[in-house]
Order: sequence, then structure tokens, then C-alpha cells
Amino acid sequence: MDLINPTVVDLSRFQFALTALYHFMFVPLTLGLTFMLAAMETVYVVTGKQVYKEMALFWGKLFGINFALGVATGLTMEFEFGTNWSMYSRFFGDMFGTPLAIEGLMAFFMESTFVGLMFFGWDRLSKPAHLAITYLVALGSNLSALWILVANASMNMPNGAHFDPETLRMTFDSFVGVVFNPDAQAKFVHTSVAGYVAASLFVMGISAFYLLRGEHRAFAARSFRMAALFGIFSTVAVITLGDVLGRLDYEHQPTKIAAIEGLWHTSKPPYEPWIVAALPNDEKQESSFEIGVPFVLTPLITHSFNTPITGMIELEDAAAPRIASGIKAISALRRYEENHLAADLEEFHANQNDMGYGLLATRHAPNQDVTAIPPEQLQTVIDQTKPDILPNVFVTFWSFRFMVFLGVFFFVLFAMASYLSLKNQLERNPLFLKLCMWSIPLPILATEFGWITAEAGRQPWTVFDRLPTFMSASTHSVSYMVFSLAGFTVLYSIFIAVELYLMFKFARLGPEAHDQHDNADPVHLSVVAH
Amino acid sequence: MDLYVILKLIWAGLLCVLLIGLGLMVGMDMGVGTLLRFVGRTDGERRTALNIIGPHWDGNQVWFILGGGAIFAAFPTLYATSFSVFYVVMILLLFSMILRPVAFEYRSKVDARLWRASWDWVFLLSGFLPMFVYGAAFGNILQGVGYHFNWTGQYFQDASFLTYLFNPFAILCGLMAVSLSVMQGGVMLMMRSENPIYDRAQRYASRAGVIAAVLFVAGGVWVRGMPGFVLEQGDPAMPANPMHGQHVTVQVGAWFANYAAHPVLWLLPVLGVVCMLAGVALVKANRPHVAWWMGLGSWLGTIGTVAASMFPFFMPSTTRPDQSLTIWNSSASQYGLTCMLAVALIFVPLILCYTSWCYYVMRGKVRTADIIKDTHSY
Repeated sequence: MDLINPTVVDLSRFQFALTALYHFMFVPLTLGLTFMLAAMETVYVVTGKQVYKEMALFWGKLFGINFALGVATGLTMEFEFGTNWSMYSRFFGDMFGTPLAIEGLMAFFMESTFVGLMFFGWDRLSKPAHLAITYLVALGSNLSALWILVANASMNMPNGAHFDPETLRMTFDSFVGVVFNPDAQAKFVHTSVAGYVAASLFVMGISAFYLLRGEHRAFAARSFRMAALFGIFSTVAVITLGDVLGRLDYEHQPTKIAAIEGLWHTSKPPYEPWIVAALPNDEKQESSFEIGVPFVLTPLITHSFNTPITGMIELEDAAAPRIASGIKAISALRRYEENHLAADLEEFHANQNDMGYGLLATRHAPNQDVTAIPPEQLQTVIDQTKPDILPNVFVTFWSFRFMVFLGVFFFVLFAMASYLSLKNQLERNPLFLKLCMWSIPLPILATEFGWITAEAGRQPWTVFDRLPTFMSASTHSVSYMVFSLAGFTVLYSIFIAVELYLMFKFARLGPEAHDQHDNADPVHLSVVAH
Repeated sequence: MDLYVILKLIWAGLLCVLLIGLGLMVGMDMGVGTLLRFVGRTDGERRTALNIIGPHWDGNQVWFILGGGAIFAAFPTLYATSFSVFYVVMILLLFSMILRPVAFEYRSKVDARLWRASWDWVFLLSGFLPMFVYGAAFGNILQGVGYHFNWTGQYFQDASFLTYLFNPFAILCGLMAVSLSVMQGGVMLMMRSENPIYDRAQRYASRAGVIAAVLFVAGGVWVRGMPGFVLEQGDPAMPANPMHGQHVTVQVGAWFANYAAHPVLWLLPVLGVVCMLAGVALVKANRPHVAWWMGLGSWLGTIGTVAASMFPFFMPSTTRPDQSLTIWNSSASQYGLTCMLAVALIFVPLILCYTSWCYYVMRGKVRTADIIKDTHSY
């Protein structure tokens, strides 16, 4: 077997992480703002109050600035599976491509086609028709997230596919298994609702800015209240679904949950503490410092008081027989590829569930060939491979904690915001308004940490238990990777500078900008395109 | 015929439909982008041109995204190999593609000459380059691409990107695609603009149509003397595994073998040339609405011609011809193709309906005077 240049793998991972994290700076806002725009417009259509149309138009403009970058950077994601993860795409594309294509057919087409009408169709459509279009955009963007997360969940929990020795790839065998993958359902709600939190805080923060300056007060107070209420419900939903996801990881990705909790050794219920802060050391496989709250971990993860959670060291030991069996599977598969003997196929089938662990051993096998390991070296190879089953504990542990701490902060913030807004006491608390304003970027940060937890925690696999990351990349030269990385860095830096400049410019201008050329005639507002 | 073979064929056909949709709809917007600096002399005129496609470019672009997604789902091995083998070219395409949505949204948001002039150059680049690469990719696959697989299915590239980018035949194909897109963009501008944009668009559209027809015929003559690939042995119902199961030979002029065997296929190139020339005539006769449909015929004829001559090949390998990617060995599983077909049968008609409806809602001329007054359009 030929090992892909490790530098190329690292650069490919770096590039994917960079472009995905960047893409995900814009997506959460899109997901949430579309629904908030629809809600504002609904109130406008029902009550006929002009201020709600002003809200829809103003927030719609900021939505547009954000949406453009979401679309642009999304293109990169679709390309990269093919350009940088060729082996992954061939190995898993039969299944992974399907949700991506359905996303295009069902969701992305709808969202993108109607977003043009949403911006340009105000004076060409009746009020209810335009409202329906706005809802379709919201539905489209959220369905889009659904299918992307279905695809992502299949990497974390490859339901609905099996390995086929004739085509040497995972074969798609159950649509229901893919769509109703429990990981997909929970992840979809968790992620899209996290987007609602981001949008709520975005609207709330900018409204707080106007309230602080005493500008556009009626507009800002209404926007603030709507966002605060939307935000508190969304935060509760995010936390609930986060709990469901943790439970699923406990069942299906024990390495991820053990790394998230910094659990080196199997837990001792019920006393086992939930570690609040620690310094996990991946080299020494221990944490040099830990602060925890006793009796919390077991009920938190397992929803019971006496079920132990397997620790990382024990998981490593449990992987040893799977590595041995996986090596057998690959050797049998190779012999079957050459001679097509039934006996080899049978041996492969007996060990096929561990094939991924055999692939994992490639890096430690002599000549990177697991099919030709001399018997006396087998145990050494297995021992060297064992620690590879764990993700980077430090990164997984801390990204999870940052996400959770921020989540708790949002809960407090939205609860206070809802209370103060409903009591009409916002303007008496300028410090709180400032806090809301400065918190605008935090939900985006939290979703980024969430993504790092999920994807770094899945390592060393691209397809969990099936295909190691170091075998998934394309066989490029380092110079190709340097070229693309340099290009992305330059382009994306320009984009973020322009985006921030325009966001600040139009947020400062405020909603009045919409009727500046025709203040006297409110009916004329409807001619404004966007 | 085996059900699996029928499904593979249907998906190859659907892929052609998507590639035609991509060329027509995305090409139209990119043609407008390429022409922007030439049909619009003042800022107001340029904004008029942008707002003509303003409500539609985003939806149209999904043809491109869906084209990629459908290759991934229906022919995963083709997706995995072609996107990697053309890495540098693909990344250049991607860079120019991601600049475009940003250009639409940001160009008119700041009232400064240098700002808007810079974005106008971005429109030129992001209109010209992707269509050029799109056409050049067809040129490259007709010539064959250097790659092979090892026993695990890991692919290796055997040629530098320079051979794909600086290659006279690929450049011809690239220019041909650009010409078709400029013609379609010009026709769209004619449909929804008034003078002086109308006159300028008319001039560029008719010239582009003539150039496209000339390049198309020249390309055909070139392919006649080019080594083509022949599938000597390979079961259409084979498991989708490119590593073995096929025998392929290389012969000069082989890309015309399908035409010799089935002369009815000649209708495709004839359709292409006739539609391009008829499009030019209709543009000159001030009938842009009919000329628009000639654009569809031109793309149908062009992509149909390439598909008919290469069938059943997708991307032949010059280094290991036996591992060439064909419809038979690079497809998804039967189950996957069936699922995708069910989804496509529901949603493709729906997409065509609501896309048409959106064009209907936004119909009519866009006037520069209205655009200048409206500070919120593109």
C-alpha cells in the first residue's frame, strides 16, 4: 500500500478545517435570520404595521450581505471532497454523495431561486405571496442544513452502508438508515437551533446599539424583544439536543465521549466527577491538573447513576484484538482481489467489521504494508497502533468546554434580556445593553467550537471505524497544497474585511436608510428592491 | 437489459441534462459578467445589466452546484478522480466562482469609483474563467487524462496540470464555451434592456454566435485526427470498480466510431451548428426571445456531440487505458442510483416550474433611470 505524504494529509486537513470553519461563520446567521425575517413579515402582513416591514427590509439587507459569503464559501466545501479527499470520496461517495445531491435538488435550488424574489419581488408580488416566498427561503436554508448534517452524521455513524469487496468501497444499502440516523436528527436540530441563537443575538445586539444611542427606538425595542424571546427558546433547545448528542456519542463513539470528558480511565460511578477544567497531556496519556464536580458525570452522560463510562486507556486495550482482526481482513481481501478464491472471501467476511482498524495499522507496518507483517512483528505493530484510535484529547476536551460555557452564558443572557424587555426596563440598563452588543460574535464562536468538538473528536477517522483520515486524502504534491492554501488565505481575508466593513456601515446607517429617498409616502416603500 | 445498466444509462443522460443546464443558465449569467464592462459604459448602465440577472443568478448557480453533487452521488469515482486530477485548474475555477456571489452583493453597496471598477473586473474574470475552464475540461477528457489506480482504489496522477491548462485543443474548447456563454448573456440582456445596452449586446451576441460555430466545426475536424479510445471488452453490468474488468485500446479517429455505427447521431452536431447560426440570425432580426431557445439548442448540440462520440467513456486514462473511467465502472450502486432517481423525478420538474415562474414574475424591461433612483438594487 502506498501511504499518502503525511505533510499533504496535514495540509489537506488544515485547508478543510480553515474553509469549513470560515463557511460556518456565515451559515448560522443565515439559518436563523431567515426565520426571523419570516416572523417579522408575518406580523407585518397580519397587522399591517409599517414598522414590521421596515424591520424585515433592514434585517433583510444585513442578511443579504451575510448570505452572499455563505453561498460563496459553500462552493468550496462541495469542491473539496473531490479535490482534496479523493480516496474518501471514492470509498464513501456511493452513500455520502446522495444526501449532498438531495440537498441541491430539494433545498438549495429552492432557497437560491426564491431569495432573488425575496429581495427583488416586493412590488411585484402580493403581500401573502411575498410572505410565502420568505418562508420558502427559510425552509430551504434549513432543509439544506438538514441534508448536510445527514451527510455529516453518516461519517460519524455510518448507518445504512456496508463494505463491498467487489467494488472496494462502502455500498449504500438503506435510505431509511441514512435519513433516520439518530445522530443526523439530533445534530440537525442542535446545529440549526444554534444558528437561531446566533441570529437572535445578532439582532438583539444591533438593536441594543440603537437603544444605547437612543435612535430608532420603536424599531429597536420591537426587534430586541422578538430576538430575546426567539433566543431563549432556541438556547433551551440547543442545550437539550446537546445532551441527546452526548448520549448518542456515549453509545456509538466511545472514544469521542471519553476525550470530551478527559476520561483516561474507566469511570467509577456514582462518585466520578465531571471535570470542569484540566490540562490533558496526549503524549503521557494523563491530565496534569484537574478540577471536577463529583457525582455529576455519570448521570450527565448515561442518564443513570451506576453505569460506568469506558476510559481511553481501556478503549485502547479493547482495540488490540480489532487491529489484529482488521489486519487479517485486509490480507484476505488482497488475496481475494488477486485470485478470487471463496476461502479468502470467507475469511474477509469473518473479519470485515474490523477492516478500518487494519487500515489504521498501515503507518506502523513494515513498508507500510499490513498484508506482509512478519508474525514476530505483529504484536509490536498492534501496540504501536493502539494509541492511534484516540483523537487529540486536549483539543476535543477544551473545544467542548468553550462551547458549553458559552451555551450557559447565552441562557443567562437571553433570560435577562427577555425579562428586561418584557418589563420595558432595557434603557435603564446601559451596561446590559453593551454586554448584548459585545456578545454578537460569541454564538458564532460557540458553533465553531461545536464543529471542532464533533470533527476533531471523530479522529483518527473520516468514516468512523471504517476509513482512517490519513488514507482519505488525494495524492497531491505539497506545492499544490501550498498554492491552494495561499489562495484561500488571501481571498478569505479580503472577504472578511469587506463583509465586516459593510456590516458595520449598514448597521450604523440603521433602518432609516430604507425610506430616505421617499419619506413622505409610506406606500412607496414597497418599490424598494432590497 | 439489466436494471443496473438501465439505471447507469439514465444517470449518464441526466448528467448530460445537468451539464446542459449548467452551460445554459450559469453560462448566461457569466456571459453577462464577461460583457459587463463592454455593454455598460456608465455606472448606471452596468447596474442595469447586473439587475437584469440580479434576481436569478443565485438560483441559476445551483445548476453548477447540482452538477457537482449529481456527479458525486451518481458517479462517485468520476467525481473523486476528476476533481483531484485537475486540482490546480479546479482551484482556479473555484476562486473565480466564489468571487462572483460576493461581487453581486457588494459592488453597488459602496459609492466609490475605484471600488465599483474593481468589482467590474471581478465580474469579467469570474465570467470568463469558469466558462473557459468548463469548455477546456471537455477538451481534456476528449484527449484523455494521465492517472491510474492501485489495488485499494487510491488514484495517482501521472501528468502535470500544465498539460491540461496550456493545451491548444483545450484552449479551443474553452474559447468555444466562452463564446456560447457570451452569446446567451447578450441575448438575455437584449430581452430585458433598452438602448444603448440593447444595441451593444446585440453586436456582441451575434459575433459570439459566429465564433462559436466556427470553433465548434474546427474542433470537430481536430478530433477526427486525434487518438480516441475504444472499449474492447467490459461488461456494462459490472460492479463499479475501475481497477479491473475492462480492456481499452487507443486508435486515431476512434471518437467518430459511434457516428459511423449510428449515422442518426450526426443530428446532434448539425443541431448545434444550426442553432448557433439561427441564433445569430434571430439576434440580428431583433427576436431575442426566440434566440434564447436557440442557445438551449446550441448547448444541447455541443454537449450531445461530445457525449455521443465518447460514449461510454467519461474520462479515459492515457497512462493505463484499461482503468479508464466509463459509465459502467464509475457509477454508484444500483440501490443508490434508484434512490437518487426517485428524488430527481420528484424535484427536477418542480425546479423547472418554480424557476420559470420566477422569470415570469420578474419579466419586462429594466430601465437605467429606475435603477439609478433605487439605491438598494445591485
